[in-house]
Amino acid sequence: MTIAAPEPKENMGRPEPRIDGRLKVTGAAKYASDADVSKPLYAVLLTSAVAKGRITAIDRTAADKIPGVVAIYTNENMPPVGEFAFFGAGGEAGSKAPALAGADIYFDGQIIGLVVAVSYEVAREASFATKISYSKVAPSPLMESEGVETADASDVSPRHKAISKGDLSRALTMSNVKVEATYETAAQVHNSIELFSTTCHWSGERLTVYEPSQFVTGMKFGLARQLAIKPEQIHVVCPFVGGAFGSKGSLTHRTSLVARASKLLGRPVKLQATREQGFTIATHRAETRHTIRLGATAAGKLLGYGHEAWEQTSRLDDYVVDGTGASTAMYSAEAIQTKVHVVRTDRNTPGFMRAPAEVPYFFALESAMDELAVALKMDPIELRRINDTMVNPANGAPYTSRSLMQCYDEAAKAFGWSNRSAAPGSMRDGDWLIGWGCATAAYPTQMAPATARVTLTANNAARVQSAVHDVGTGAYTILAQLVSERLAIPIERVAVELGDSSLPAGPVAGGSVTTASVGAAVAKACDAIRAKLYPNGRLENDMAAAFQALGAGSIEEYAEYEPEGLPKGSAAALQAGKLAIIGGALPDRTMFSFGAEFVEVRINARTREIRVSRCVGAFASGRIVNPRTARSQLMGGMIWGLSSALHEGMEIDVNTGKYVNDNLAEYLVPVNADIGSVEVILVPEIDTKVNPLGIKGLGELGNVGTDAAVANAVFHATGKRIRKLPIRLETLLDA
Amino acid sequence: MQPFLYERAADAKEASSSLARSAIEETNPIAGGTTLLDLMKLNVMRPEKLIDINHALPAQIVRVGGGVRLGAMVRMAEAASNEIIAREYPVVHQALMLAASAQIRNMASLGGNVLQRTRCGYFRDQTVPHCNKRTPGAGCAALDGVNRMHAVLGTSDQCIATYPGDFAQALMALDAKVEIEGQQGKRTIAFADLHVLPERDPAVETTLTRGDLITGFILPAATWTRRSLYLKIRDRDSYAYALASAAIVLDMDGIRVREARIAVGGVATVPWRARQAEDYLKGKVLDESNAKKAGEVAFVGAKAQQHNAYKPKLGAATIARALLQAKALEIEL
Repeated sequence: MTIAAPEPKENMGRPEPRIDGRLKVTGAAKYASDADVSKPLYAVLLTSAVAKGRITAIDRTAADKIPGVVAIYTNENMPPVGEFAFFGAGGEAGSKAPALAGADIYFDGQIIGLVVAVSYEVAREASFATKISYSKVAPSPLMESEGVETADASDVSPRHKAISKGDLSRALTMSNVKVEATYETAAQVHNSIELFSTTCHWSGERLTVYEPSQFVTGMKFGLARQLAIKPEQIHVVCPFVGGAFGSKGSLTHRTSLVARASKLLGRPVKLQATREQGFTIATHRAETRHTIRLGATAAGKLLGYGHEAWEQTSRLDDYVVDGTGASTAMYSAEAIQTKVHVVRTDRNTPGFMRAPAEVPYFFALESAMDELAVALKMDPIELRRINDTMVNPANGAPYTSRSLMQCYDEAAKAFGWSNRSAAPGSMRDGDWLIGWGCATAAYPTQMAPATARVTLTANNAARVQSAVHDVGTGAYTILAQLVSERLAIPIERVAVELGDSSLPAGPVAGGSVTTASVGAAVAKACDAIRAKLYPNGRLENDMAAAFQALGAGSIEEYAEYEPEGLPKGSAAALQAGKLAIIGGALPDRTMFSFGAEFVEVRINARTREIRVSRCVGAFASGRIVNPRTARSQLMGGMIWGLSSALHEGMEIDVNTGKYVNDNLAEYLVPVNADIGSVEVILVPEIDTKVNPLGIKGLGELGNVGTDAAVANAVFHATGKRIRKLPIRLETLLDA
Repeated sequence: MQPFLYERAADAKEASSSLARSAIEETNPIAGGTTLLDLMKLNVMRPEKLIDINHALPAQIVRVGGGVRLGAMVRMAEAASNEIIAREYPVVHQALMLAASAQIRNMASLGGNVLQRTRCGYFRDQTVPHCNKRTPGAGCAALDGVNRMHAVLGTSDQCIATYPGDFAQALMALDAKVEIEGQQGKRTIAFADLHVLPERDPAVETTLTRGDLITGFILPAATWTRRSLYLKIRDRDSYAYALASAAIVLDMDGIRVREARIAVGGVATVPWRARQAEDYLKGKVLDESNAKKAGEVAFVGAKAQQHNAYKPKLGAATIARALLQAKALEIEL
């Protein structure tokens, strides 16, 4: 076994290599923008140059004169025809305000038009030549800007109730040791390497859309509403996705514009948005602010935990991320009180981004826990151990399984934590200050309804089909593996078809639901095939003979999975484009994956640049289908966590509401040279209650907690507590 | 991008004439294109005609006297991997190795590199009206905008955009010279006289005039160039612009400084020589205290903005660290 393919431990499958790996590394995998359509036209988006105000004039004289320009669509000639519903309110769209609906501007970079031409270059030149005049109003782009509106999250989103248990102020009064601090996280943008693209092609009244998507089923129905046509008229094709991270789960307004332009012009139309447009036409991770109050006895027992948070949203849509449901389930505090606010700014609407709630909320909680450990003069791992719990302290609902301390113990051992000298600034290597820090990772185990079709043929081959997505996570491989295990045929003999809305409906590739949910539907279909093929209930060696006995050449089974706790008929609802997801902190049970992350930072004593030389994470997540893809996801998660801690942040101009660093040279993510050793430990865990396959999901787990582990290590190295992300060297120059 | 005419020049003279005599006002030379094409796609630079100089100008690294002549069309990667450069001019080798990415270094020419345009986000965004570099007299959005990466030395109330390069600092510290082919023939000037401060017109960045082309750089012949290094402090370990950098060339007389040559990057509007710091060090013992003091002296008169107030302190620490590292180098002369 190599490092990339860890030896399976108890309750783990084989570390199969990716079945789509060769296609991807040889360039044979066809992504959405590779769609082979005949004689396409090319589209470029027009986006607003101001953040707030109105369009007063659109002068297209110069643009129309450019040879090859076919059409310029704006609010003047292509107002929306259908309905647009915000995804945060049960809809499909990134924002409820459709593009080209009027002259109003709500944020910088808003889509205000579409230029179509015979080539991309002509379309782009015409987009520059289209002169838009505005009446401008000074925007309020930041949460601290004058003129923003603040609203209680529970008022705007009924799902997000404030949590209250016991008497927090009394608990804090009774505490021997207290921590009260405010933490801030930065706005981040997904920046998938695959840019946002859309290719539309009509054949009569039937529309084919090639677009990178995390949810082709939702897109089919949502786009139908936006275009005021029937869902049956739409076919969405997207077999491969070059990174999504939440940005391709909802529909940006580009899709309906391209579809309509294609219809009007009677030609296929291809659109490729630019990198900088990706910052404003889709969603982003909102910046957040948190005030945490923790109180504990001298022995470290938590008495009180208060968490009040503020999240950026837009003027148009109230997107609430709210991580308090997860954060209050972590430690056994006697009294708990939470409150979440949204702050409406003149910016684009935020949305899901890998571990949307947990990344910011755990930075705050896990930093505060470290501060509490320091105040208690206690090892931070011991503080977690003292407050470990097998029930959700907020409501008493039991965990289906929880292996947090096993993760801490395994990661601590691998990291060498026992050699840590606790005093800040006490570890050094020449000119470099060394800091060690750790933090908890957790992610709710969530399930979604799913449907799948499996076909087994007498020649020892199988096919599995479901309209779900491999967004780089390994879904192709995992589903092949499940079929291979279940039907006892070699994995090479399993064909997997995903990412196409004509396949059986699948959920969004989000919330880390795919393996458990789609896996459950696939397993059910496989079991049905087995029951038909092997009536005695045993898997025979001679499949051909079994088929012969049956008198059939193949067996095809369709199966649905409906998660426990959702209203009956959730699979049928999904087939109609309505998706429900359930999991995490529920009234009757509590389901989370856990991890513990340790990092070592090195900070130059003179110039204070921060580098992470190594990190170790141990994770427990129920059954691990494939230790190779699991490790890859968790490693990628931790690396993104380091990025979030030290690099990423959208730089927002306070006067204009523009993202100033809207490119990959200035919006920093780590390069290879920034990443030292990253060790992933898979901790065996068996959970028979969580879902049929005992799979807890780990696609998002890895990048939760890393921010705090880094900040805690920076404190250990320097004695300076940094409560604002990303942590940059200038905050340490005085340390 | 807008359509443009393209012409390939055969030699320096022809390239210079084509540029000088072009009937089209917006005529630009193009070498590696790593700045120009980027800014053309952003609609920030809109040349109507490009003169390809890749085959027109020298592309060799040759000995001249005891020194070295770097042809303008030598690629960054080629110069970075040259053995003479690595041995005799470590500061040049390191500045190049720490610049950009491998892909960009393979394309970018040395001549083009020193003329790289700023990465100021307001300059690069054509939807921002307030940029004196793009539109003289339009104002400067960076002054009260996001200015963490901006300059603290050589600024004016017109412009605070940082000169982004690394190689130029090495040339500054080496007292290198630039060879220019122009309409009046060939001339050679000090590299320090190439760039101009953004005092009145930030759109004018160099002393080059229409038809002028950089054809090469002359590195001096000396043994003291071997005690040299480039230290670059940045947010990530590769492919990032300097928050502060220091090019150091030290001529030591035992424990004392005979002459220190110091240039700083990431902190100034132009390639910047820290002459006061050099004067301060002359004849002094290069110890911790003097190194720190030299760093501080270099930033006397620095003017910081809201987000870059850390730069004088970081710049001073960078110089001090670089000086002490340069002193500690074991050199084979």
